[in-house]
Amino acid sequence: MIQLSVEHLTKSFDTNQVLNNLSFHVNVGEFVSILGPSGSGKSTIFNLIGGMLLPDEGSIILGGEKIDGKRGSISYMPQTPSLLPWRTILQNVLLGQELKGETDSQTARKMLQKAGLGDYENAYPHELSGGMKQRAAFIRALLSPQPIILLDEPFSALDELTRLEMQKWLLDIWSEHKPTILFVTHSIEEAIYLSDRILILSSKPAKVTQEYNVPFNRPRMEELFLDENFLACKRNIHHALKNQ
Amino acid sequence: MINVLRKGWRPASVLLLLFIAWELAVNLAEVPAWLLPPPTDIVQEAISGWEGFRFHLQSTVMLSLLGFAIGTGIGLLTAVTLHLLPFIRESVYPILILSQNVPIIVLAPLLVVWFGFGLLPKLIVITLVCFFPITVAALDGFRQTPDEFKHYMLMAGASKGQLFWKLELPYSLPSLFSGLKISATYSVMGAVISEWLGAKAGIGVYMTLASSSFRTDRVFVAIFAIMLLSLLFFGGILLAERLLIKWKSRESAVK
Ligand SMILES: Nc1ncnc2c1ncn2[C@@H]1O[C@H](COP(=O)(O)OP(=O)(O)OP(=O)(O)O)[C@@H](O)[C@H]1O
Ligand SMILES: [Mg+2]
Repeated sequence: MIQLSVEHLTKSFDTNQVLNNLSFHVNVGEFVSILGPSGSGKSTIFNLIGGMLLPDEGSIILGGEKIDGKRGSISYMPQTPSLLPWRTILQNVLLGQELKGETDSQTARKMLQKAGLGDYENAYPHELSGGMKQRAAFIRALLSPQPIILLDEPFSALDELTRLEMQKWLLDIWSEHKPTILFVTHSIEEAIYLSDRILILSSKPAKVTQEYNVPFNRPRMEELFLDENFLACKRNIHHALKNQ
Repeated sequence: MINVLRKGWRPASVLLLLFIAWELAVNLAEVPAWLLPPPTDIVQEAISGWEGFRFHLQSTVMLSLLGFAIGTGIGLLTAVTLHLLPFIRESVYPILILSQNVPIIVLAPLLVVWFGFGLLPKLIVITLVCFFPITVAALDGFRQTPDEFKHYMLMAGASKGQLFWKLELPYSLPSLFSGLKISATYSVMGAVISEWLGAKAGIGVYMTLASSSFRTDRVFVAIFAIMLLSLLFFGGILLAERLLIKWKSRESAVK
């Protein structure tokens, strides 16, 4: 069943055409990654889906309903954690729910506990490490009531080790809750490790040049990174990105 | 409290030295008391004249507090209005700056002509000196809200009201408090100036009476009372800031 479908999206800023006739869809419970070079328009796609921008042409349909220009239809996790400094971690992770209606601090507490943030419930964001902040930001997105989560390069600001740890954590929590996720990254490895399906974007103007079904079963272990098939997969995608 | 003592002993000892030097200089040079009384005379007058002075002090405190409250209210209201209605901001903000260039000393007597000797012209004077720092500080705070926070809030579906109450207002609090500190000290000055216009009681009245009868020691009592009062107001705001913005003080403690 299709959760989100983006149909023939075109968007220009003045004379700079960023998206041209872009179409793709995300199924319910699916983890889809968008892979594309820097400046290819990935954040622009998110801003369109999030209703911050209006498409020049085309439409965005979420759960059968057109959401062009309708803010708050999706749950969002930005590149920077964007936790409000005057709110405790618990209050921060509840923010997404608070904006849409009722809050459920019981579930929030449980999730924080599971994420190893149980002791930091009443701490302020500046007391947390970068990885912990990103975990809190993801829990905030997960707790938000919307049916799909958009993540815009959430781990790109972290160091290598923390990033790996976060990827594993994200897989764990995803397999537990099975939320629908649209994930932007420019790391090929990250995309393969995490996703069911990868959309490869060309730049200027952006189009989906190739769709790649990731062939690995879940649960995926860390060892996968060294698997021969994984490397072959990586090579294929690398070529696809190069040859567009 | 320990912190206050630790930070306060240096300026306190400088002040003490200054008073000792003053006392010695006045005594050695035999300056007449109506020109410049020694600090001991001033302290004596403060103690012996306390009963008469208290009544004036009370009146000024009440007036300053009332004026400060009204000024803060109007300052905040102006800031919020200008922030939420950008169209009005563009046309009104320059006029607000102009309003600060009208010398209060000139305006004050006019206010008496227009509104009489009652409470109203006094409150207008205090409000005029109080509201501006608050408006500017609050507006700055609202506008400096980082884009990353705004972007998240909007993507997550925050309405304009939610954006203001849950993001821009709390974000502006530290900035707002710097404005409040300035206004709190201004409010005492404003009250004294407004009392010069004519009042039944107040430090301003006491001062005018003292200087016209060459009671320089009393003038100094008034000056020190004003300074102390300003300091107390400032401390009050500082305390409120500590209580309201806990996350900020902890943040700087970590750094
Ligand atoms: N609000 C805007 N106004 C004008 N141009 C914009 C705006 N937003 C994005 N662009 C342009 O659109 C293009 C794509 O930007 P976008 O941020 O979507 O890229 P991206 O794929 O997210 O890049 P990165 O990987 O670096 O985050 C860029 O050329 C950028 O200059
Ligand atoms: Mg981007």
